[in-house]
Amino acid sequence: MTGQQAAPAIDVQGLRKCFPGNGHAVIDDLSFTLSAGDSLCLLGPSGCGKTTLLRLLMGLEAPTAGSIRIEPALAQRMSYVFQEPRLVPWRTCLENVLLPLELARQKSDTSSAYALELLRQLGLEDRLQHFPAELSGGMQMRVALARALVTQPGIILLDEPFAALDERTRFRMQDLLLELKSRLQLHYVFVTHSIAEAVYLGDHILLLDRSGRARDHRAIEFAGRDQLLKLTPGFNAVVQGYSQLFSEMESDTAAAPGTEVRP
Amino acid sequence: MKNTLRAWLLERYPAWIFLAVLLAAWEWVVAQQWVAPYLLPSPTQIAQTTVELWPEIYAATLSTANSIAWGLGWSAVTGVTLALLFFAIPIVRRAVLPFCIFFQTVPIISIAPLLVIWFGFGQPTVRASAFIVSLFPILANTLTGLQETDPHLKELFKLYRPSPWQLIFKLQIPSAIPYMLTGIKISAGLAVIGAIVGEFIAGGGLGSLIDAARTQQRVDLVFSGVVMSSVLALLLVFIIEVVSRLLLRGRPYLRKL
Repeated sequence: MTGQQAAPAIDVQGLRKCFPGNGHAVIDDLSFTLSAGDSLCLLGPSGCGKTTLLRLLMGLEAPTAGSIRIEPALAQRMSYVFQEPRLVPWRTCLENVLLPLELARQKSDTSSAYALELLRQLGLEDRLQHFPAELSGGMQMRVALARALVTQPGIILLDEPFAALDERTRFRMQDLLLELKSRLQLHYVFVTHSIAEAVYLGDHILLLDRSGRARDHRAIEFAGRDQLLKLTPGFNAVVQGYSQLFSEMESDTAAAPGTEVRP
Repeated sequence: MKNTLRAWLLERYPAWIFLAVLLAAWEWVVAQQWVAPYLLPSPTQIAQTTVELWPEIYAATLSTANSIAWGLGWSAVTGVTLALLFFAIPIVRRAVLPFCIFFQTVPIISIAPLLVIWFGFGQPTVRASAFIVSLFPILANTLTGLQETDPHLKELFKLYRPSPWQLIFKLQIPSAIPYMLTGIKISAGLAVIGAIVGEFIAGGGLGSLIDAARTQQRVDLVFSGVVMSSVLALLLVFIIEVVSRLLLRGRPYLRKL
């Protein structure tokens, strides 16, 4: 112990979320913390509340009970990437990236230059004046990522952003995210269905069960991360461990007497 | 070679080919004297009359075009402004919109005499008639467009905490533009009808020319007037199409609206 422990970047305590007209909680009694500098992957079966948790963190939904505390410096600099690119169809690729700056009245020569630099890094420098309908799905997602990064966020929340991409593009985007993380000191909370993706991208993985409770929360440590890591026994052992947990959760759900499964 | 040319013509210009066949058949039927020329003059007779009376027809066409442009232009400005007002202030929408809908259901032909009483004979009544019939589709379509802004995009904008003005000018108006253009396209046809009906009652333009030709049993001149009013409507649709393509760049999936 070298001194006083730093306050967590994200501190969630006793979080519960119910939607009107839906009796059961989507998120129930969820508590976790995330230290500054760490990235978190949210993993769990469909309908376990991963997206809802992300929306609660972003402030797009209000909690029914419990608290979410985000370090004020980070809370001011949060960004969000939706499951789908959500590009504004009548704005060009560059105009879409500049949208957050325009709305915050922060558009300047410097910020425009930064937007151009981001698009260059994301391999879109020859698509600046293209409209979303003229871009492939992978390109649209990269534009959405550039839009989320242009405000230089401290933390970025990503909701299954690569789910609709083909495998090669998905791997490229994963590596790009890791590179941005180390280069821009970026932290992220990443929602995914894929165990391998969560193990590859997360410093921590929070596994949610179908009732929206935390089933498992642990740190994932590897010496370095590149696509070859996915071929190593250590990586596969972690993935298999999570597969086992998924199977246990499924058998728990099936065995629970009177378990009510609602849409 | 001949087959290829025929296939190409049919593929590229089916409407023009149909028109040519129709005109040829019409000409032939009249030439065979199966129909009296005073009831159905031949296309060449109509063309001849149009050329002979061109100064008169041209002046009438210009006058009608002026009334249509005025009526449609002002209904676009008023319709969009009212839609924005109704959208921004729901209580105004709930108070006024039912009367707009009621007003829309009243046939223009029954209001036209009233317009003559208020605005007198001539162009003011014609313009008012074109304006009244073309207002509602623009208002209703624009309002629908504003109300049906993509909720996903609304949520995206919410992330960046926009001001109400930013929300209207950067999201809601641009997303309503395709609806607005559809309203204007519908109104363009109605404005032509409104102007011609106005001219039947208040005089002037193609409406008056057609009415006068009817009383003189000049069916060829009636046809000339009808053709010119159709040309006006087509020209208007063409102009709106060009403007639509400019405004809808970036939305290739909407360009065919």
